[in-house]
Amino acid sequence: MWRGILGKKLGMTQFFTEDGKRVGVTVIEAGPCPVLQVKNQERDGYDAYQLGFDPKKEKNSTKAIIGHCKKTENAPMRFIREIRVYEAQEMNEGDVITLAGWEDVTEVQVTSKSKGKGFAGVMKRYNFHGLRATHGVKSNHRHGGSIGSLTPTRTVLGTEMPGQMGDAIVTQKGLKVAKIIPEKNLILIEGSVPGGKGAHVIIRPAQPYVATKK
Amino acid sequence: MSHPIIQELEKEFGPKTIDFVIGDTVDVFCRIVEGEKERTQIFNGVVIATKGKGPNAYFTVRRLVGGEGVERIFPINSPRIEKVEIKRRGKTKRAKLYYLRDRVGKATRLREETRKGRAL
Repeated sequence: MWRGILGKKLGMTQFFTEDGKRVGVTVIEAGPCPVLQVKNQERDGYDAYQLGFDPKKEKNSTKAIIGHCKKTENAPMRFIREIRVYEAQEMNEGDVITLAGWEDVTEVQVTSKSKGKGFAGVMKRYNFHGLRATHGVKSNHRHGGSIGSLTPTRTVLGTEMPGQMGDAIVTQKGLKVAKIIPEKNLILIEGSVPGGKGAHVIIRPAQPYVATKK
Repeated sequence: MSHPIIQELEKEFGPKTIDFVIGDTVDVFCRIVEGEKERTQIFNGVVIATKGKGPNAYFTVRRLVGGEGVERIFPINSPRIEKVEIKRRGKTKRAKLYYLRDRVGKATRLREETRKGRAL
């Protein structure tokens, strides 16, 4: 059984469990997501369902998106993503996916675009310790030090250096589900998920394909 | 400012309604786990501060144990807090009674609340 849903991160909050433990949770509004297109092995070479989420006004949309969504009589969607499946499923274009039927899901993985940190140094980006604050170190306190030895006479590929941090697609795995409220289209996930408030996310049960993958 | 949907959720999660205010002397009935067993412990003292809001609300209770000041912070929404019993209503002019920390003996007394509706 394949599962996957698109959503929007609303923010975080917390509550107490019955035995007095406090749980910090991320609240995600997930679905309803109409299936905009079904990709199949014959025509496309792979099986996938294209879902849409977060309708927008036609005046804010391109004609291509309007036309594409109109095929299934939907408003143009802000967030359109494919959920890959490894066996064809009984799901048709125009069907709507909600959190109903997710009650048995205890662990999920969430894919989203992380918050951008800009061009970051090695201390922030790779948790380097930097150099000393005193003992003769002069204005190199946050440097990474040496980037290699003499012998290869080149810098080894993959050496960690400063650069763009964040603003990348990140999948966070093994997140526990704290609560699912299907009637409000809400899913509460323990801990944090990538992205800021209002970020679009893809939620899939942990290891969604293992059982069906060939 | 959190999202309206989250604010709605937080109404469900807490806060429990409380009827004590700063300056009140209270008994806090707190369930504690000792090994396997669970029992209720009573912490008696003056409420000197409340902090946070929604599900993240706390209150601080101060008492004297053998001449030494002891303060305990309780989350209002914790299910471990069975109940809070008000023993005496205090009348204060401050939202936080941290000044009690610098006082000993008679100076730590608070005037009793006598106004209608507030008095015990």
